[in-house]
Amino acid sequence: MLNASLKELAGLLAGKKISSVELTQLFLKRIGELNPALNAFVTVDEGKSLAQAEAADALIASGQAGPLTGIPVAQKDIFCAEGWRTTCGSKMLHNFVSPYDAHVIEQFNRAGAVNLGKTNMDEFAMGSSNETSFYGKVKNPWGLNAVPGGSSGGSAAAVAARLCPAATGTDTGGSIRQPAALTGISGIKPTYGVVSRYGMIAFASSLDQAGPMAKSAEDLALLLNAMAGFDPRDSTSLERPKEDYGRDLGQPLKGLRIGLPREYFAAGLAADVAQAVETALAEYRRLGAETVEVSLPNSKLAVPVYYVLAPAEASSNLARFDGVRYGYRAPEYTDLNDMYGKSRAQGFGAEVKRRIMIGTYVLSAGYYDAYYLKAQKLRRLIAQDFTDAFARCDVIMGPTSPTTAFNLGEKSDDPVSMYLSDIYTIAVNLAGLPGMSIPAGFGANGLPVGLQIVGNYFGEAKMLNVAHQFQLATDWHTRLPPLSEE
Amino acid sequence: MQWEIVIGLETHAQLNTQSKIFSGAATAYGAAPNSQACAVDIALPGVLPVFNRAAAEKAVRFGLAVGARINRRSVFERKNYFYPDLPKGYQTTQLALPIVAEGGTLRIQVGDREKDVRITRAHMEEDAGKSLHEDFHGMTGIDLNRAGTPLIEIVTEPDLRSSAEAVAYAKALHSLVRWIGICDGNMQEGSFRCDANVSVRPVGSEKLGTRCEIKNLNSFKFMEKAIDYEVRRQIELIEDGGTVVQETRLYDPDRDETRSMRSKEEANDYRYFPDPDLLPLVIDEVFVELARAALPELPQAMRERFMSGYGLPAYDAGTLTASRELAAYFEEAVAALGQDAKLCANWIMGDLSAALNKDGLDIADSPLSSAELAGLLKRVKDGTISGKIAKEVFAAMWAGEGEADAIIEARGLKQVSDSGAIEKIVDEIINANPAQVAEYRSGKEKVFGFFVGLAMKASKGKANPAQLNEILKKKLAG
Amino acid sequence: MSLNLADVKRIAHLARIAVDEDEAPGYLQQLTNILGLVEEMQAVNTDGIEPMSHAQDVVLRLRDDAVTETDRHAAFQAVAPQVEASLYLVPKVIE
Repeated sequence: MLNASLKELAGLLAGKKISSVELTQLFLKRIGELNPALNAFVTVDEGKSLAQAEAADALIASGQAGPLTGIPVAQKDIFCAEGWRTTCGSKMLHNFVSPYDAHVIEQFNRAGAVNLGKTNMDEFAMGSSNETSFYGKVKNPWGLNAVPGGSSGGSAAAVAARLCPAATGTDTGGSIRQPAALTGISGIKPTYGVVSRYGMIAFASSLDQAGPMAKSAEDLALLLNAMAGFDPRDSTSLERPKEDYGRDLGQPLKGLRIGLPREYFAAGLAADVAQAVETALAEYRRLGAETVEVSLPNSKLAVPVYYVLAPAEASSNLARFDGVRYGYRAPEYTDLNDMYGKSRAQGFGAEVKRRIMIGTYVLSAGYYDAYYLKAQKLRRLIAQDFTDAFARCDVIMGPTSPTTAFNLGEKSDDPVSMYLSDIYTIAVNLAGLPGMSIPAGFGANGLPVGLQIVGNYFGEAKMLNVAHQFQLATDWHTRLPPLSEE
Repeated sequence: MQWEIVIGLETHAQLNTQSKIFSGAATAYGAAPNSQACAVDIALPGVLPVFNRAAAEKAVRFGLAVGARINRRSVFERKNYFYPDLPKGYQTTQLALPIVAEGGTLRIQVGDREKDVRITRAHMEEDAGKSLHEDFHGMTGIDLNRAGTPLIEIVTEPDLRSSAEAVAYAKALHSLVRWIGICDGNMQEGSFRCDANVSVRPVGSEKLGTRCEIKNLNSFKFMEKAIDYEVRRQIELIEDGGTVVQETRLYDPDRDETRSMRSKEEANDYRYFPDPDLLPLVIDEVFVELARAALPELPQAMRERFMSGYGLPAYDAGTLTASRELAAYFEEAVAALGQDAKLCANWIMGDLSAALNKDGLDIADSPLSSAELAGLLKRVKDGTISGKIAKEVFAAMWAGEGEADAIIEARGLKQVSDSGAIEKIVDEIINANPAQVAEYRSGKEKVFGFFVGLAMKASKGKANPAQLNEILKKKLAG
Repeated sequence: MSLNLADVKRIAHLARIAVDEDEAPGYLQQLTNILGLVEEMQAVNTDGIEPMSHAQDVVLRLRDDAVTETDRHAAFQAVAPQVEASLYLVPKVIE
C-alpha cells in the first residue's frame, strides 16, 4: 500500500478495496508514528482531512471520481489553505490561519484529493537544507543526521518515508528538485507560468513555480494534470490549452538526444554522484537514447545572478509582513518604526533577514545598476545558453545536486557554501524552463543521488516520459529508506 | 532684487473605474472601514495583482486629450517604503516607462493672456489607504478602502510663474479630466489632489532655485494661498542670507502657512524595480483608437466652434465650455429654440447660472431642462411675452410651477398685441395728461418715456413694446 | 564595492529590521561574503544586452472593469494583531 502508485490507489478506491477515509487514516497513523523523528509535517488536522476523505468517498460512491479523488496529498506550508494555519515555516505567520485557498489547493480540492496536512519547509522557502524553518529541522529518512534538502524538504521527506502518497513543492532555485534528489524521490518544476502562483506565498515572483513531488514520474503526471492550468488571478499564469501531462508516457526513447552540459560534469561534482549519473546515462543509451555534449557557458554565473535577483524580489515581497494586518507583532515597541523593526527582527529568522538585507542593498540607490540591472542582463545570457543547447538536443541531463545529502549543521553557518549546493538547478529557474529530478542510485554513504532532467519550454510531457521510461527499467524509485520499511 | 517664481504641479487624479486597479474590489467613496479592501488590497500572503483595462483606457484617453505621445509599452514598477496605509510595503507605479510620455500641453488663460503648459508625463499607480488620526488609545486607525484605487499622476514642466497660473492650470486640468470622463474631480473626497513644486530665482537667472514640494492643496483657494506663502517664505529666507532646503512641506489652512513634514524627510531610497508580478503593458493601435473614439470634443475645439458656429463672443464661448454639461445644455437649448444662440447664452449665463448658484446646484442638477428653458425663450422670440415678463415666468418655472406656456396662460401674462386695445389705453393716457402731451409736442421728447411707463403700468406690463411705441408715437404726433 | 557598518545600519533601517549594535558586525561579515559570491558578475561585459525581468516574453493581460469582491473584512481581521471599529490599529503616525 505504501509503495502503491496513485493509479493503483485510485483503482483500489474505485474497487472499494479501501475507502478514502481508511487510506487517509493509514497515512495519518504513519505520520503519528514517524513524524516525531522526521518533523516533515508542521500542521496535521485529522478532522479536516477525514472530512475531505468522507466527501471523497461519497464522490467515489456516486461514480464521479477523478484520478485523484480520495487520494491524500500533503501540501507544502507555502500554500494558503482556507481554515488551515499557513506558516511558510516562519514565526512571522505562526498564528496565520488563511482566509482563502491558493489556486493549487483549489485544484486539488476540485479533484477530490484529501489535504493530508501542511509540510515543513525552509522559512519563506529560503534554504537548501530545511534547517531555516521556525518549526525545526526536517530529517532525511535515509539518514537522520542528514538534511533532506530544501526548501521543500518536508514534502520530500514525507514522500520518501511514505508518510503520504504525494506532496506539493515550490521551486525558486531548486527547491523541488534538490530535496527530491536528496531523499530519493521524483519531483518536477514546470515551465514558469504553467502552475498559478495565486495563494502561494511569494519568495521571488519571477522565479517561483509550484510542482508535484511523488514516488514516480507517472504519479507526477497525474498530479501536474491537477495543478497546472490557466488562472486569471495570476498575471504571469500562461493562457494555454489544458494538457494531459501523461499523454507521452509509453513513447520509446529511441533517437532521443540527451544534452550533457560539460559545465555540469566539471570540478565540484562529487565522484559518487558523477558515478551514479554516468550509470543512469548508460541506461538511457541502452534504452536507445544518444548523448551529445552541450555547453552552458554562463552557468557559473547562475548562482551570483540568483543571489542578486531572488533576494531583491524577496526584499520587496516580504515587506508586507509588517505586523499591521496579520502575522507577528512584537509585544513591546516605542513607536511605529520600532514596531516594524522589532516585529520583523523577531518574526523572521536569520537567513530570511540576510536575504532581505542583501536584496535591499542591491536595489538601493547607487547599487542598482551594478547589481540588479547587471544580474538581469546576465539572466538573459543564461537563458540564451539553454536556447542554444536545445538546438542540439531534446532534453538536458546532469546531476541535480553536486553531492548527496550533507549533514545537518554542516553548512548552516556558512550561507555561501549552502548556496552553492544549488549550482545545477538555479539556471533552470532563471531561464523559466521545466526541470525535474528522479532517483538514480545511491552515493558512497548510501544516500540517494538525483538525476536532473531539463526540458525545453512546455516540454513537461516529454520529460515525464523520459523519466518514466527510466523508471520502467530501474527500481531506484521504489527503494524505501530503512526507517520506512513496512 | 526681483524674483521669478517657478512652479511645477503634480496632480493625482483618481480614475473613475468601478473596481480597483489591481483587484475586483469596489472603489465607491464613503464605505464602512475596510469593507472594500479585498485580499489583494490588504496584501494577504500569496495574493497577486491583475490589472484593470479601464485604468489604461482612461489614462490613454488623457494622453490623447493633451496631445501627448502614448508609450505603446509601459512598465509597472514597485516603489518600496514602509507606511501603515501601504499594505504591500510598496506602491505599484510607473517610473521609467509611464503610459503617457512627453509632448502633452494644456492651455490656460490668466487674465486675457493664454499660455500652453507642458505636461512632462502621466503615469498610472495605485492609491494608498487612509490613516485616521482620531485617537484610538493613542494609536492610529488604518482604513484600506482607498488602497488600490487607480490614480493617474500628471506632472508638468516647471512652466508656471505665479500662484494665479498654477490655479489656472489646476482648474483647467480639473475641468479636462471631468470633461473626458476619467475622474469625478471631487476634491473634498480626494479624487483630485495637487502637490506644487515651488522655487524662486532672481529674474534673468537660468538656473532653477531649490524647490520645496507642498502637499495637501485640496482646494484651489488653498493652492493659491499656500504658494503665495511659500514664495514669501523662500524670498525672505534668501534675502535674510539663508538657503532653501529641498523638502516636503504641508500646507496648514488653519494657520495659512506651510510647514516641514519631518516624517517624509528621512532619506528615502525607494528601490524602484520592475514589478515581477506584472508583465509589460502593451497598447496596440486598436486600443488607442478605441480610446480616441471615447474622447468627446475637447473644450478648446468646442470654444472655437461656439465662436465661429454660433457667433458667440470669446467670453461667452469660454464660459459655456467650462464644463461638458454646461456646453451640452447650451447646445440643446439652441437646438430646441432653433434660433438666437446669443439669447440662449445670455439666459444660461445670466438668470439660470444665478439661480443655480443661489441654490448651490450644478447644471446637471438643474430643475429646468434645456428644453424647458427653450420653451420660455420661444415665447420671448415670438413676442408672446417681453423679456421682463420672461424673468417672472422663469422664476415661476424655477419654483416648479410648470412649463412656460402654462405659467403664461395661468397668470395671464400674454403680451397684448391687439392694436385696438393698446390704442384704447394710449387714448386714455393722452386724455388724462394734457400738460405732458403739450410738453412733448413742444419738442421735449424725453417725456415719451413717461407715457411708455404709464401705458405699461395700465397694461400690467403686457403691452407689446414695439406696438406700443408705434401707436404712442403716432398718437402723440397728433 | 565593500560594505561597512554604516551601510548595514542603513540597509537594516530601509528594510525595517531592527539590528542591535552587537549584531551588526555579524551581518556585515555575512553580507560581505554574499557580495563576494556575486562579485563574479562584474567580470562579464553586458553592454547592449536587454535586461530580463520575466521568464516568458509575454505581455500583461487586461481584466475587465467589474466589481467581483465582497466585504470580507471580518474574516480578514480575525487574524489581525490589533483592530478596533474595523480599523487596523498601529502606533501613532506622525505627519
